[in-house]
Amino acid sequence: MRDTVIEIRELSKSFGDMDVLKNVDLDLFSGENLVVLGKSGSGKSVLIKIMVGLLTQDSGTAIVLGREVSKLNPKELNQLRLKIGFSFQASALYDSMTVRENLEFPLVRNVKNLSKVEKDKLVEEVLDSVGLLTTINQMPSELSGGQRKRIGIARTLILKPDIMLYDEPTAGLDPITCMDINNLINQVNNEYKTTSIIITHDLTCAKVTGDRMAVLLDGKFDKTGKFEEIFEDATDGRVKSFYDYNFIKQ
Amino acid sequence: MFSKRIDNFFIGLERAFKFVKKFFIEVWVPPYEFNEVIRQCYRIGYNSLPLISLTGFIVGIVFTNQSRPSLSEFGATSWLPSLISIAVVRAMGPLVTALIAAGKVGSSIGAEIGSMKVTEQIDAMEVSATNPFKFLVVTRVLASTFMIPILVLYTDFIALVGSFINVNVNEMVSLSTFFVQVFDSISFLDITSSMLKSLVFGFTIGIVGCYKGYNSTKGTEGVGKAANSAVVMAMFLIFIEELLSLQITTFFRQL
Repeated sequence: MRDTVIEIRELSKSFGDMDVLKNVDLDLFSGENLVVLGKSGSGKSVLIKIMVGLLTQDSGTAIVLGREVSKLNPKELNQLRLKIGFSFQASALYDSMTVRENLEFPLVRNVKNLSKVEKDKLVEEVLDSVGLLTTINQMPSELSGGQRKRIGIARTLILKPDIMLYDEPTAGLDPITCMDINNLINQVNNEYKTTSIIITHDLTCAKVTGDRMAVLLDGKFDKTGKFEEIFEDATDGRVKSFYDYNFIKQ
Repeated sequence: MFSKRIDNFFIGLERAFKFVKKFFIEVWVPPYEFNEVIRQCYRIGYNSLPLISLTGFIVGIVFTNQSRPSLSEFGATSWLPSLISIAVVRAMGPLVTALIAAGKVGSSIGAEIGSMKVTEQIDAMEVSATNPFKFLVVTRVLASTFMIPILVLYTDFIALVGSFINVNVNEMVSLSTFFVQVFDSISFLDITSSMLKSLVFGFTIGIVGCYKGYNSTKGTEGVGKAANSAVVMAMFLIFIEELLSLQITTFFRQL
């Protein structure tokens, strides 16, 4: 029996009159890659933002690494956040800093007594692991979309998190770069032994990176399971039509 | 519709008050971002020098030229250095510097933080266990509060240089005579009140820019609005503060 890393129970969240999440239940087990699928605006990103305390739920609980996120004080929340890597949809690199400074940013603020040599070594090591060591002195504006995504992932990896949350990692990228990012996600999971949640509506990404799928429909998880189980046994027309499994099989 | 506007006004006021209160709490709490404060001081202070120099110089020349006809009617053009120094040190220097800085610095802070908000850079800081308020807001407000008084002193000097050139050409007044008259006319209270209100102007420019940027919404459109409203709001508040400072200084002058 594997440990439960994230436990979501009866979680609800609304924005104004719009109920985005309705009594959602979800478990994430140690070492697995869970893909959360759903249409744009279905609440996928909201769910992972609640897990890191960027948003607060209206009701229900989100327990991450044994701590209920909404009940933590700022200091405890920051300690928890150090164990979670969050890769943003638009990479969220700091525009006014070079790639090196972007990577150093979380490091210098959270790891005490780090010498310059150790800091440089860590930055170079993590950049090398995403294959972009040559961009170290470049500004984010000089990078391509795929490179920005990789650097964004590298920045989260520098603190060696236990959990990785990827928000639409392949959004807006060409198919080849998407494949590179998918491979990088798998590589990160193998090298850093992370547990991941991958938010996407890209089925190729889901199939390549996910051990288990969860489909978010109308604010609830319709079903969780392996890729084939979800789509072969789908009884819900929305799952069938939206994900167009046959197209993927071809 | 009308009552909703009133509601929104008071809700906005409450949010602004909480934002300012948060600044005064966070500014004392470690860790301190000294390097970022220095970087922002450089951006706000050094990068504003060309614009401030040009504006101060022109203000000095124009104000001297415009004041001459009135004084010459009474044969009192020799009072020009005194008149200009009082006007520049007491009001023109701080006001012109603050308005220029509100346009240049305030809009830049509003747009920068606004764009960081809409591109999730602020969220990225938060999830990497860094306090974005401390890193972005506290540093910029401190830098702006420290740098505006320095820029005001510089503007005063440049405006007086511009005025001297004009007076020298027209009245053949020497440099030493000009500056002796200038320093004879201004008092300790003038300098102190000018510096104190410059501190307030600097704080206003920084906090308004940060508040507007930090609370921007609606994507890139919101960034433009944040930059624009940061300038408008800062300028409006600067004029109100100028009026208040005038009342306070006059009170002390009459003691």
